Amino acid sequence: MSFPTVLRGKAWKFGANIDTDQIIPAKYAIYSLDEKELGKHAMEGVPGRDGWAPGVTQGDILVAGSNFGCGSSREIAPVAIRGAGISLVIADSYARIFFRNAINMGYPILQSPQAAEGVQEGDELEVDLEEGIVRNFTKGDEYRCEAFPTFMNELLHMGGLVPWVRMRLEERRRVATARG
Amino acid sequence: MGMTMTEKILARGAGRESVRPGDLVLAKVDFAMGHDLTIPPAGKIMREQMGAEKIWDPERVAVTQDHFQPAKDAASATLGRLTREFSRDMGIKWYFEVGQGGICHTVLPEQGLVLPGELVVGADSHSCTYGALNNFATGIGSTDLACVFALGELWFRVPETLKFVYHNRLKEWVEAKDLILYVIGQIGVDGARSKAMEHTGEALRHIDMEARLTMTNMAIEAGAKNGIMEFDDVTKQYLDGRAKRPYTPVTSDPDAEYEKVFEFDAEKVELGVAKPMSPDNYSPLSDVAGTRLDQVFIGSCTNSRITDLRRAAAVLDGHKVAPGVRLIITPSSHQVAIQAEKEGLIGIFLASGAAWTTATCGACLGGHMGVLGEGEVCLSTTNRNFPGRMGHPKALVYLSNPAVAAASAVTGVITHPREVLKKMPAGIA
Repeated sequence: MSFPTVLRGKAWKFGANIDTDQIIPAKYAIYSLDEKELGKHAMEGVPGRDGWAPGVTQGDILVAGSNFGCGSSREIAPVAIRGAGISLVIADSYARIFFRNAINMGYPILQSPQAAEGVQEGDELEVDLEEGIVRNFTKGDEYRCEAFPTFMNELLHMGGLVPWVRMRLEERRRVATARG
Repeated sequence: MGMTMTEKILARGAGRESVRPGDLVLAKVDFAMGHDLTIPPAGKIMREQMGAEKIWDPERVAVTQDHFQPAKDAASATLGRLTREFSRDMGIKWYFEVGQGGICHTVLPEQGLVLPGELVVGADSHSCTYGALNNFATGIGSTDLACVFALGELWFRVPETLKFVYHNRLKEWVEAKDLILYVIGQIGVDGARSKAMEHTGEALRHIDMEARLTMTNMAIEAGAKNGIMEFDDVTKQYLDGRAKRPYTPVTSDPDAEYEKVFEFDAEKVELGVAKPMSPDNYSPLSDVAGTRLDQVFIGSCTNSRITDLRRAAAVLDGHKVAPGVRLIITPSSHQVAIQAEKEGLIGIFLASGAAWTTATCGACLGGHMGVLGEGEVCLSTTNRNFPGRMGHPKALVYLSNPAVAAASAVTGVITHPREVLKKMPAGIA
């Protein structure tokens, strides 16, 4: 999987402390292994957003307030958002397990209090992942994103934790074979 | 410069002399846990995507069938089957079948599987519970768990530590649950985001291990990476005859650095609840007393261990659940159920008109056996009341301790337990 560098899409705006039960209610955990089915129900638990997912155009961008993805450890939260067609999440800040899960999946997320403040629903955005810049074409604004530690960037570029583990396993096998 | 307990455990896991907050480390894991919702994806990712054939150490893994088990529908039965098959194929030593285990966060401490000084991960957000036993324990995702299964190690960002000091003792009726709800009310649901919560102080010396587990259980409700407590006589006594491995306790250095120190006078903390729809929406009980209820739920990894059930039974003994209200009591483990049966608690519950269920996460996450409908109001001893957590997004959930829950089931409205029971018997309080 190659890592995209520039993404464009329409913004969907959410508030602070959106927890995983709102992102994907637990009852849909029975579809843990089915990203498309999870995607149909993404954000359904957010009051007023019932039936949100079908309105998403592939490539749209989700912008949220602080502590996005708090609550449970369910990896189906970022999976459902990706399954709904969202190409990228930008938030003021993230709850830690949601953040880990997204990075581990190789799913691009950005942290930008400026964007979380400035973007409104429906704004047309362009995001340069390399530069860490969000351009708002609707408002003519530009927002800076916070830089991630090197290891997290490496994981994202590699496509997540899966290829990284494969690499480690191969290293171990090579060492074991060399020792014979 | 000294280190906190959390830093010391991560440094040891990473094979380093020392670590600082903000460091990214690759650390060896001492114990890992997954359940029926997180094992199926983790197993699939590990085998099909990572290409690993076996688990790094099957003796250091526990798997519970707790979230949607006993299977609530056909799809959950499939998840249960995948969990069962994976555990069998991998030779996982600590596999707990339906009817033999219960909720992961009660089972692991109870079975002496998570020990002082250890680095523990669980594919469930409330894995922070174990920290009351003086270890670093944190919740992870399914890809994380697959990585741990394949390699026995995982990446961590060393957290800043926040220190919470509790002076004096809790008053009569006030429980560990009230204290932690109060603290989360003060700092907010992101007040400890990605940080370690280190709890200490006189108040903790007077509460038992089960009450301590209630406090560390809710670290995640303040956004924390882990909650951790010191090793003392209470810890030692709890682990004697229980610990499955030798262990080495860990202490924070006197010159360890804390990002912030919070001090609370435990004696001033009142009985309280978290009001809908957030765990940090704290209110003294007196402000919400009289709120009409449809359902009362006593259960979950937060507040359904044997000591919790004893207090609930003391309140319910000789009383009936109010007309128009349903009381559901779900023990948090099979061992808890066995003990409740021995002590005659189940008879008290059944005589009061409560529904007594098998050990499961059940209603806590809106799974089964107590899911709420639109507009219903529930008082629950669980940990989280975000919209939709226990069922319909427009259901209203209040969080409380078990004695308050039991008393409120008797009256049908949120009630101080004193109004139903004159005094909590000694040895139970």
